[in-house]
Amino acid sequence: MWAFINKLRSPKWFYTLSARLQPWFWAAALILIVTGTIWGLAFAPADYQQGDSFRIIYVHVPAAFLAQSIFVSLAVTGLVFMVWKIKIADMAATVMAPLGAAMTFIALFSGAVWGVPTWGTWWMWDARLTSMLILLFLYLGVIALRGAFASRDSASRAASVLAMVGVINIPIIKYSVDWWYTLHQPATFTITGRAAMPAEMWLPLLIMVLGFYSFFIALTLMRTRSEILRRESNKRWVRELAEEAH
Amino acid sequence: MSLRLQARNLACERDDRWLFRGLDLDIRAGEIVRVEGPNGSGKTTLLKILSGQLADYEGELSWGGRPMREARESFLANLLYLGHSPGVKAALTPLENLAWYQALAGQPGGEAARFAALEEVGLAGFEDVPAAQLSAGQQRRVALARLALTPRLLWVLDEPFTAIDRDGVAALEQRLVGHARAGGGVLVTTHHGLTPCAELRRIRLGGGAHDGGI
Amino acid sequence: MAASEGALPKEVAVVHEEPRGGLAVAVWATLKRDLVLLLRRRSEVLNPLVFFAIVITLFPIGISPDPALLAAIAPGLLWVAALLAALLSLDSLFRADYDDGSLEQLLLTPQPLALLALAKVAVHWLLTGLPLALMAPVLGIMLALPAGSYLVLAVSLALGSASLSLIGAIGAALTVGLARGGVLLSLLVLPLYIPVLIFGAGAVQAAIFGDGVLAHLAILGALLALALILAPLAIAASLRISING
Repeated sequence: MWAFINKLRSPKWFYTLSARLQPWFWAAALILIVTGTIWGLAFAPADYQQGDSFRIIYVHVPAAFLAQSIFVSLAVTGLVFMVWKIKIADMAATVMAPLGAAMTFIALFSGAVWGVPTWGTWWMWDARLTSMLILLFLYLGVIALRGAFASRDSASRAASVLAMVGVINIPIIKYSVDWWYTLHQPATFTITGRAAMPAEMWLPLLIMVLGFYSFFIALTLMRTRSEILRRESNKRWVRELAEEAH
Repeated sequence: MSLRLQARNLACERDDRWLFRGLDLDIRAGEIVRVEGPNGSGKTTLLKILSGQLADYEGELSWGGRPMREARESFLANLLYLGHSPGVKAALTPLENLAWYQALAGQPGGEAARFAALEEVGLAGFEDVPAAQLSAGQQRRVALARLALTPRLLWVLDEPFTAIDRDGVAALEQRLVGHARAGGGVLVTTHHGLTPCAELRRIRLGGGAHDGGI
Repeated sequence: MAASEGALPKEVAVVHEEPRGGLAVAVWATLKRDLVLLLRRRSEVLNPLVFFAIVITLFPIGISPDPALLAAIAPGLLWVAALLAALLSLDSLFRADYDDGSLEQLLLTPQPLALLALAKVAVHWLLTGLPLALMAPVLGIMLALPAGSYLVLAVSLALGSASLSLIGAIGAALTVGLARGGVLLSLLVLPLYIPVLIFGAGAVQAAIFGDGVLAHLAILGALLALALILAPLAIAASLRISING
């Protein structure tokens, strides 16, 4: 455990390791997403209520999962950065926040598109969509706070604290929004109502979720690597790397 | 046990720039240590690290032989730090300002002590004037009154002479020397030239790391 | 020099133990100091109240003076307007102390910073949240709020605004070192306010419909308890970050 944590202190070690891991995740992401898309769009049966429009769940649900997971990752990397002062964690947090915001936006957008055939409108104050919207605001807050500081060290710490505060609040927000929704909209049709899904519907969904996660990991590795180079550009090992490349 | 603040191999990196590194430093009873260096050389940062405000450093810091992280509470109970800004509330009178500091320091607050401290910095007669009506130099004096009000072993003073007139400077210099002679320690930055004396020692920051050598 | 040497302090020596009981003294002194400071600048206490009244005035003008319509949306309007009014005064919670250097001194006391910060937040609630809660019923009359919900309105606001002050103080502490932190502060804090808003406005609505008031108030209380435990730690950590900004 300690050996691993100490290794994480070295950006160079992470840079070499991530170079080896990255292609695997890219490959996994490509295979899973292509398989999931074809299966989901072409072979999975149509929903008996919603028809073909339900197929948007193959984008909506993975994006929504990822949006929430990335916020948790922000809090975890924030904690690791604050406790052990591991810079890699903060670099990862820096690149993950916009990714998470993008995923939240995709989940919101696909939800809105889904709303047109289902509710006949682009926006309903559905409990899930409302929670997603609040999550988007939380992401924007973290990103804005990080951008507001002149000193990057302070920015990193402040963003870490906010991510941790946010992650404690997410379940509270989720429960209160659910409570609010049931009070105001007595049981209308929710778009991702958990009716028992047949295997030929949820298997491609599972594949898409895994594909999205692989894509997220690959992209985070890639962007963290460039963040490492940017921040460590005055270190000797980066200069040597640049000279080798020439 | 007497005063001993030690730093070994101290380094501070802010936003990928080393403010200083490899700094060794020892502050003992009876010493006035002046930190020198050009603007931006990290004097204030060093003072903040040495006064326990910034945990963002590399190297060892110890108080009375114990690592700072363990000894923090005892260290803070022996420290008086005056920063760039005097920490004086404009809407409160000097007496009220000092009363708060007295309470924060955990001193059983006596009003007489506050009056005496204000008199010592030449603010007799201004005790009940809102600080907003005082000049910058007078406000700084209110902060300096805490030197007399709160007996603490180690003084860490960041530019304490700012806005103080000539008489005030002389009195403050004497006060520093007096504190060192009484067994205290002083760590100070100033652009003002301190009169050389037996207790005075200098540390230079900027232009590479320097040993604080004795 | 000779003149002053007579007045030299006695030998100074290392203090080994922190004087116990100092914490209560320090917290009390901080409470008193902040109260005095705010009462000397009364406009800062009054501004949120005036803001509250003006915003409430805007709604009938902007929507409709129809009492039936206003009564339906009054619980939410009152709660949202009070929430914004409380938010308005948060930016100055630590800023004055930051500007004049006393925040730095607060961080250097051997006393736990979280509790001293809690004292400051308590003063903020006492002079912002509580007056807003007391004033809300009057504005409720103007919005034709149905009878029987006035007490619940005041109680829910008093309870909820304490959570708002605590959560908001985290944002204030995070942005105190930034020159223009005001708008950013709202962006950070408002999403976190949503649960309090839901149960606060929900309590008033429950009072109108005649059931579930206690459940709402109990949840508001639980939120406050959670905020009381966790927020001071986050505030202290944030202040330490900001002071080195």
